[in-house]
Amino acid sequence: MGTPAAASAYPAVSAPGWRDTWKHARYVATDNPVTLGAFLLFGFFLVLAIFGPWIAPYDPLMSNTEVALKPPSAANWFGTDSLGRDILSRIIVAAQLDFGIAISAVFASFFIGSTLGCLAGYYGGWADRIIGRIADTIMAFPLFVLAMGIVAALGNSVANIILATAIINLPFYIRVSRAEINVRRNAGYVEAARLAGNSDARILALHLFPNVLPPMMVQISLNMGWAILNAAGLSFIGLGVRPPQAEWGIMVAEGATYIISGEWWIAFFPGATLMLVVFTFNLLGDGLRDILDPRMRT
Amino acid sequence: MTLEAPLLSVRDYSLEFRTRSGTVHALENVSLEVAKGETVGIVGESGSGKSVLSFGILRILDAAAEVKAGTIVFAGMDMLAAKEGALQEVRGREISMIFQNPRTALNPIRKIGRQIEDVLRTHTSTLQSELKKKAIECLAQVRITDPERRYSAYPFELSGGQCQRVMIALALACNPALLIADEPTTGLDVTTQAAIMELVSDLARERNMATILITHDLALASEYCDRIVVMHAGHVVESAPTGRLFAQPRHPYTARLIAATPSPEVEIDSLSSIPGNLPDLRRNDLPSCRFHARCDRAVGQCAVESLPEVTYESGHKVRCFNPL
Amino acid sequence: MLKMILRRLVGAVPNIIGVVIVTFLLTRALPGDPAAYFAGPSATTEAIEQIRAQLGLDKSLAHQFVVYIKELARGDLGNSLSTGQPVMTEIRTRLPASLELTLCGLVFACVTAIPLGVLAATRPGSWIDHLCRMLATAGVSLPTFFTGLLLAYVCYFLLGISPSPVGRLDVSYPAPATVTGLYLLDSLIARDLETFQAAAAQLILPAVTLGLFVMAPLMRMTRASMLGVLSSDFIRTARASGLSGNKVLYTYAFRNALLPIVTTLGMVFSFLLGSNVLVEKVFAWPGIGSYVIEALVSSDYAPVQGFVLTMAMVYVALNLLIDVMYGVIDPRVGIEG
Repeated sequence: MGTPAAASAYPAVSAPGWRDTWKHARYVATDNPVTLGAFLLFGFFLVLAIFGPWIAPYDPLMSNTEVALKPPSAANWFGTDSLGRDILSRIIVAAQLDFGIAISAVFASFFIGSTLGCLAGYYGGWADRIIGRIADTIMAFPLFVLAMGIVAALGNSVANIILATAIINLPFYIRVSRAEINVRRNAGYVEAARLAGNSDARILALHLFPNVLPPMMVQISLNMGWAILNAAGLSFIGLGVRPPQAEWGIMVAEGATYIISGEWWIAFFPGATLMLVVFTFNLLGDGLRDILDPRMRT
Repeated sequence: MTLEAPLLSVRDYSLEFRTRSGTVHALENVSLEVAKGETVGIVGESGSGKSVLSFGILRILDAAAEVKAGTIVFAGMDMLAAKEGALQEVRGREISMIFQNPRTALNPIRKIGRQIEDVLRTHTSTLQSELKKKAIECLAQVRITDPERRYSAYPFELSGGQCQRVMIALALACNPALLIADEPTTGLDVTTQAAIMELVSDLARERNMATILITHDLALASEYCDRIVVMHAGHVVESAPTGRLFAQPRHPYTARLIAATPSPEVEIDSLSSIPGNLPDLRRNDLPSCRFHARCDRAVGQCAVESLPEVTYESGHKVRCFNPL
Repeated sequence: MLKMILRRLVGAVPNIIGVVIVTFLLTRALPGDPAAYFAGPSATTEAIEQIRAQLGLDKSLAHQFVVYIKELARGDLGNSLSTGQPVMTEIRTRLPASLELTLCGLVFACVTAIPLGVLAATRPGSWIDHLCRMLATAGVSLPTFFTGLLLAYVCYFLLGISPSPVGRLDVSYPAPATVTGLYLLDSLIARDLETFQAAAAQLILPAVTLGLFVMAPLMRMTRASMLGVLSSDFIRTARASGLSGNKVLYTYAFRNALLPIVTTLGMVFSFLLGSNVLVEKVFAWPGIGSYVIEALVSSDYAPVQGFVLTMAMVYVALNLLIDVMYGVIDPRVGIEG
């Protein structure tokens, strides 16, 4: 996995200097308006996700065939769909679902993946081989195809989307944490902790793991965007979220049949929202990368 | 004293680098002359600007470099005014360069024979069918064993010494008038060092090729160079024929360098180091003499007035207000 | 060279084993009754028991695995519920369509991303550089299915410059005689330029949609790799030797920069094969992606399993190809093994 010196670009920190990080964060935010914009947008979407159901102007599930297929207007900013449901309301409510899926999947993936990776990197030997084999097997599939297979096998439900997304993201977290732990396994402060009688678990949790966090945080943000795309993609082809539930991917699918006949808004607004959210997560990831380690800027 | 014009003439050359942390005044008023067939050594600490000077002569500096003043004339050609097309004709054909770390200086995924052919193809009118033969000849001339087989080798299959020989072959393939050797023996073991230096020296003599040997090793320079130019922090402080430099160093820095150089006659204990560090070249308030802070002979004018050039016999020059 | 290829082949074997085991587990070790899955949602209890006996689902898991391997070796992927046809036949017929689409998507992505990346690296800080970085971030944000719909809407519905986005050929053109199954190649082999043009016209939008998403990582990697190579020692030597700008850039710099780009292709193929399904749905492309979507709708499980296995095998084969390509470009690889 590369020479020890080359594997890690991050110096060891025993306690992150939060004051310095905050100062640097402020500098990056003011120096780079795009990153600031990303943070603000992220905040906006987060609010939408948390308070969605209360903010939405109409009931997202209520159909009213009289106003079906109406283009954007003062009454319905984003128009109505084939069942007369207000698209704006459905988009707002879907934020909660999509965010929920992304956050659950990514954090599950992160915790399980980095634990496995830490164990592999720290103990080496059999643990390393088996865990490496698991990661390699997952990576042997095109990831979306594997997700499809998992959801198709286990059944169409939100929980299974989360499970599938978590599984396909495991290899990355396993690899990064394994590499970082491997490099620091025999560092001075680890030896010292060991000699002082700390158990392996303590060493892993308190001394080694915090150093794994910085590169992970960047990837978590990028993964969120990818997880949302994944969930939307699965719903688009009919796996996972079922109608009448509001989810961005399913809404685009529902609107796909109408786009050729000219009713573009049904698919456009959910798709555009999806794009904007993922874009925000990607910018956020880039911004986090700049804050945490300017050396990693591409 | 040569009567004909020098092969290479650098006059009052000043160079700056624009970086994110400020402007680096890398070279200031550097002057240098190399006659045909002469071997000139440029010595100085790391960071004294020796390599930068050589890159400047060949015009292969980074885009952040800005020439502030001066002229560089090679065989009657104004190097600073020349266009890229003309420069490409000179590089590798009239002026060649070899670098330290020979292994990384060669294309790792291209057979060394092909790399030599690339140079031959660019600068000579050798027929396609003759290229391979010529390339093998070049390898033989640098005393590589079994050149036929080595032609198809990749750099990672060769030792450090062999890689340096390949570099020399590349550089000498078109018989340049001037060879710039930038620390060619750094990183090689002592026996290989001697072999490489002997090779360069022999080839230079055979072809009457001028050489600039850049090194931080004064002892090496004393053995192979006709003249030595001493640089410190972007300045040329002294230049003299080798014998004269060691017999009578005039600049305090040169004297200290010599005193710090190990040799068989000198006891380790009597070696002295030079106090202090190179000044930060990003400062805007650099003194006129950049050795000022480390010099024990500094006088009032050293920091403020521009340095004079004092000439002694045999072309021995020094830039100092208080030479030895 | 041959040794290197063989070594790569051997290295791919654990992956193949892993894929087979996982696809097996996905079907047999399901929660609930696998027989019910295969029998379909509208099966009677007797039908389910029949399926169970027929597929050997009442035997032990180990026994089932052995049977599974034997069937795979025979090329038997089971039968589709809705059509009654062997899954293998359907997949074999439809695979060329998907491969043609994926290949064209890849070509589009490479032809746009790599030159842009090289340009951005040779002109750091210029508008091309900034454009590249923006495209790279924006590119990975595009939901493939949405991009496809937008492109179809704009190019077909609004501007009318693209043909109707349904399928590989307009109805007025018969398919060319099958040699490879790739319409572009087959029509060229049959010297039928009209069909070639028609097929190409249908391919443009789906291929662009597919390729857009992977343009971003390719561009980013090309740019980063070129930047790294351009500042390395051997480029300095090449310049100091007076080699022409183009020679330095292409023969020396680009070839060395290719190495990380080739490695990126692994991830690129993962995206391409995965997004294939989405694009096939949007453009009604008759490949294995559409096949599996139809199967999903009717809860027809055998095709889904066949699809996952096929895609995974194609991916393993592609990764093998990438490994071999890397070994060809970089002679040092043979030594490290």
